[in-house]
Amino acid sequence: MNLKKTFLPLINPISKDNPILVQVLGICSALAVTSKLEPALVMAVSVTAVCALANVIISLMRNTIPQSIRIIVQLVVVAALVVVVDQVLKAWNYEVSKALSVFIGLIITNCIIMGRLEAFALNNRPWPSFLDGIGNGIGYGVILIIVGFFRELFGSGTLLGYQIFPQSWYDAGYMNNGLMILPPMALIVVACIIWVHRSYNKDLQE
Amino acid sequence: MNRQSNTYTVIYAVVLVAVVGVLLSVVYQALRPQQVENIENDTKRQILAAALISPAPGESVADLYSSHITDSYIVNSKGDRVDNGVKAFDVNVANEVKKSDISERLLPVFVCSTDKGQKYIIPVYGAGLWGPIWGYMAFDDNGDTVYGAYFAHQGETPGLGAEIEKPTFRDQFEGKDIFASDGAFQGIKVVKNGQEPSDGSAWVHAVSGGTITSQGVQKMLYNSLEPYTAFFNKLSKGKEADK
Repeated sequence: MNLKKTFLPLINPISKDNPILVQVLGICSALAVTSKLEPALVMAVSVTAVCALANVIISLMRNTIPQSIRIIVQLVVVAALVVVVDQVLKAWNYEVSKALSVFIGLIITNCIIMGRLEAFALNNRPWPSFLDGIGNGIGYGVILIIVGFFRELFGSGTLLGYQIFPQSWYDAGYMNNGLMILPPMALIVVACIIWVHRSYNKDLQE
Repeated sequence: MNRQSNTYTVIYAVVLVAVVGVLLSVVYQALRPQQVENIENDTKRQILAAALISPAPGESVADLYSSHITDSYIVNSKGDRVDNGVKAFDVNVANEVKKSDISERLLPVFVCSTDKGQKYIIPVYGAGLWGPIWGYMAFDDNGDTVYGAYFAHQGETPGLGAEIEKPTFRDQFEGKDIFASDGAFQGIKVVKNGQEPSDGSAWVHAVSGGTITSQGVQKMLYNSLEPYTAFFNKLSKGKEADK
């Protein structure tokens, strides 16, 4: 088996098969947590961890899961992992856990995770499933971070809470764009990224 | 064994849920002490923020709290201290403000020593547009003038109602008097630009686009601070007696 084929599940979802840009999954959370960069980063890490672990666990269980309750089994595994992530964040990074509040719980309903479990982990061995989980998590996270970067920079003039635009700009009449903070701008930024992405990947154009 | 049979499916589900249940309770128990400490530290940080004290990066909130908050106690609506074994820190303000009979409310007071003298910090609690809003108000020892304010919310709209937690809104409260010149309790009005009251009552500017949340703040201040009237009066008399 050559190296490229082994790591295909890891590389593919980052660009060619990106969950947000191409599969158009997980848009809801991409809107909700990207008004600042930090929650976007934490969400990216959390989703990657949950997605990879859930993929491995379901892949290990794939030959035992009864067909009639497979979705429920997937949900139980994902929900358990998400509760663990939530508890760990509350204990070790309370500030971020407060900022993300309900969105951590909403990872359970993140369509990317269920989608990868159904489409990949149920039919593949643990190692490729793990790579697929990491790849999709990163593919999702990268978009979140790009959107979070632009929204925080132009919406608040800061990055990770640090002031980027100097006070002299504000004195000269520059104003933060309040619209960037609101959810609609996240959609527009995602749309712009999809536009750029498709113009580079001609084979994705319909 | 047939993996698609009903027996297998039921047993599978029961075992899975049992395993996950045990796992989650272990995680919960293991992380609980750290979480309780985080929540306590967060409350302490909020109380200190009202007295315009914020921990430097890396500084322990708990240490800062114990060095500044010299005393804390509970008073009733007559301004007398209540001693029922409950700590002021542990009073659930959300439950107290719901009691329609003011005389039954437990009213916590935190005494904070700052480099500008003794300050009295009072917790406030109310409703915004989407969920609860709360905060802490620090008062000078004349029992009238606001020294500092801290507000927080659960789910107000970012950029609109959520602006109440920003310094631009909070800082407006500093130096406002909650009692009118004739000694009657008046609270602090939160008004739109151009609608400032002309009768001399205390006011701050509302958050534009956050009308309901702003009105919530005004109501919260009135409901939460009014029961303290007797306590504040005693404070100001004590101050005059000192002179």
